Amino acid sequence: MQIYKIPESLRKDTNFTFCAGCGHGVAIRSLCECIDELNLREKALAMVGVGCSAFLYHFLNIDSLECPHGRATAEAAGAKRVNPDKFVFTYQGDGDFAAIGLTESFYAGIRGENITTICINNNNYGMTGGQMGPTTLIGQVTTTTPYGRSAELNGYPLKIAEHIAMLEGTAFSARVSLDSVPNIIKAKEAIKKACEVQVKKLGFGFVEILSSCPTNWRMTPYEANEHIREKVVKEFPLGIFKNILEK
Amino acid sequence: MTLDLIKGNIAIAQAAFDAGCNSYFAYPITPQSEIGEYLGAIMPKANRVYVCAESEIASINMCIGSAATGGTPMTSSSSCAISLMQEGLSYACAQELPIVVASVMRAGPGLGNIYPSQADYNQAVKGGGNGDYNIIVLAPGNVQECIDYTHRAFYLAKKYRNPVFILSDGLIGQMMEPAEFTKYPYEDIDNSDWILSGAKGREPRIIRSLSETGEMHHERVKKLFQKYKTIEENEVLYKEYFTDDADIIVVSFGSLSRNVKGAVKKCREQGIKVGAFRPVTLYPFPSKKLYELSKTAKKFIVAEMNMGQMINDVKVAVKGADVDFIGRSAGDWLDIDEIVDCVKESAGGIYANI
Ligand SMILES: Cc1ncc(C[n+]2csc(CCOP(=O)(O)OP(=O)(O)O)c2C)c(N)n1
Repeated sequence: MQIYKIPESLRKDTNFTFCAGCGHGVAIRSLCECIDELNLREKALAMVGVGCSAFLYHFLNIDSLECPHGRATAEAAGAKRVNPDKFVFTYQGDGDFAAIGLTESFYAGIRGENITTICINNNNYGMTGGQMGPTTLIGQVTTTTPYGRSAELNGYPLKIAEHIAMLEGTAFSARVSLDSVPNIIKAKEAIKKACEVQVKKLGFGFVEILSSCPTNWRMTPYEANEHIREKVVKEFPLGIFKNILEK
Repeated sequence: MTLDLIKGNIAIAQAAFDAGCNSYFAYPITPQSEIGEYLGAIMPKANRVYVCAESEIASINMCIGSAATGGTPMTSSSSCAISLMQEGLSYACAQELPIVVASVMRAGPGLGNIYPSQADYNQAVKGGGNGDYNIIVLAPGNVQECIDYTHRAFYLAKKYRNPVFILSDGLIGQMMEPAEFTKYPYEDIDNSDWILSGAKGREPRIIRSLSETGEMHHERVKKLFQKYKTIEENEVLYKEYFTDDADIIVVSFGSLSRNVKGAVKKCREQGIKVGAFRPVTLYPFPSKKLYELSKTAKKFIVAEMNMGQMINDVKVAVKGADVDFIGRSAGDWLDIDEIVDCVKESAGGIYANI
C-alpha cells in the first residue's frame, strides 16, 4: 500500500495560487517528490525565475532565491560553484529561460554547469497576461498576436530541449507533458534523472515541461489538455534528447 | 615596509584575493582586463571560483548567486559594460547582498574610448538601476589606495550587506607605482543567520525583492534607508589638503586629485590661498564636511574628468556657495597648469591683483 502525502519539500501550510488547470502545480509537486526521494531537500537551493513560477518560494520548504527575469541559471551557476555539495536547481518559464535568458541558459549547458533546470513551456508569457513568447505556435492567437503568430513577422517556435541536448555540457535533456496521468508519471521520471545527473556531477540536467495555460489560451482545463495532445506535441515532440546516464 | 612596483588593476585583484574573495565572475573589457587575467592565474590554484562569464549580465547575476549562498564574490568591468549590470545591482541592493564591483572607468557615452575618464561618477553614485537604492562607492586616488579600499570594499559589503563599488579609472588601473600588499585589516563578519545554506532544522529562507503589497514594499524600502542612514553617519571618508585657511577649495576625486594637489602647491607658492578637498567615499558623500568648509571658503571649484557630474553633489552640499567647474570628458588628464589657470580665473573675483 502506498500512502500519498504532501512532499516534505512542499510547505504544509500553503495552497497553490495558480489558475484552475494550470500545469505549474503538478510540475512543482513532481519536482518536490523527486527532491524528497533523492533525499536532497536539506541541501537544496532553489533559484526561482520571474513569471508565474515566481511564487514558487511560497510553496517550497526549501531555501529560495528570487532571480531577475532570465538570469536564474547564472545565479545558479554562482551558487553551485561556491557550494558544490549543495543541490542547486532553477525553475523557470519558457520566456524566462528561452527568450530573455537564452544566453545564460545556453551557457549553463555550454559550460556544463552542474545544476538542474525545470522549464515550463506554456506557449506564452503567462504572468504578464498571455503575450507571444518563444514557444508560441504558428497561428496561435495571443494578446500581442491577435491575428495569430506569423512566421514572417515573428519567426518560429523554439525547440528548447533539442537545442539544450546539442550542448556538450548537457548531461540530460528531455521534453515531457502533464496532459495525462501516464505522461505525468513519465515527467516525474525525467525530472528525477535531471536531478540525478547533478548528484552524480555529470553536468547540466534539463527538463522542458509542456504545461497547459487554460486562462491565457481561453480554454477550459479539459480543452487545454486536449490542445496539448492535438496541437502542441506536434510542434514539440515528447522525448529524451540526451541522457548520458544511459550512454 | 617593502614597496613593490604595482599596477592599479593588479593591486585591486591581489587585494581582493587577500580580502577573501572566493569567487570572481567577469567578462573582459579594457582598461580593466588585467584584473581578470591576474585572478585567472591565482584563483584556480587556490581552489577558489573563477568563471569567465558570457556577459556582464551573467557575471553580476553569478555574483548574486554566490553572495546569496554565502560566497564572497567580486566582478570587475568598465563603463558601457557596467551599464549591463544595472538590473542585477538593483536586485542586489534590494536583496541586501554583499557584492564588490571594481569599476575602472573609460570614456563614454556609448563605446566611447578606452582612454581614462571619470564620466561614470553618476553611473556608480546615482545608479542606473531601478528603484530607491544606494551603492557604497570608494574612489582610490593611487595604487596603495586601490589595495586599501579594495580591502575596505569587502569589509563594508559584508558589514552592511550591500554592493560596494571600487570606482577606479584607466589611469590608475594602468599605471604602476610603489605600493605594499598589506594584510586584510578587518574582522570577519558572520553571515550564517541569513544566507541560503539549505533548510536543515530550520524554516526555509527566502531572499527576494518582491513585495505583495505597496505597504509591505514601503516598509522594505524604509528599512533599506535606515541602513543607508547608518552608512551615511559612519562611513564617510575624505582627504583634505590646506583647507584650513583656504579662500578657494578645489574639489576632485580619484586620480585627478593628484594634479589638483600639484596645482594647490603651485598656487600657494604664488600667494593664493587654495586648498583641496577629496571625497573618498562618493556615496556616502562628505556633504556635512563640505558645508562646514563653505562657511570659511569663499569659493569652490570642482575639477572632474567629465562634463560635470560630482559638481551636482557639491552644489547641494555647500547650499548656495559659489561653485565653478573645470573638466573635460576624456583624453589628456587636466594638468597642473590648467587647474592653476582655472583657480586664478576664479580667484579674480576674490583677489584684486591677480
Ligand atoms: C527584465 C524584465 N522584463 C520583463 C519583465 C516582465 N515579465 C514578468 S513575467 C514575464 C513573462 C513570463 O513568462 P514565462 O517566463 O514564459 O513564464 P510564465 O509566466 O508563462 O510561467 C515578463 C515579460 C520583468 N519582470 N523583467
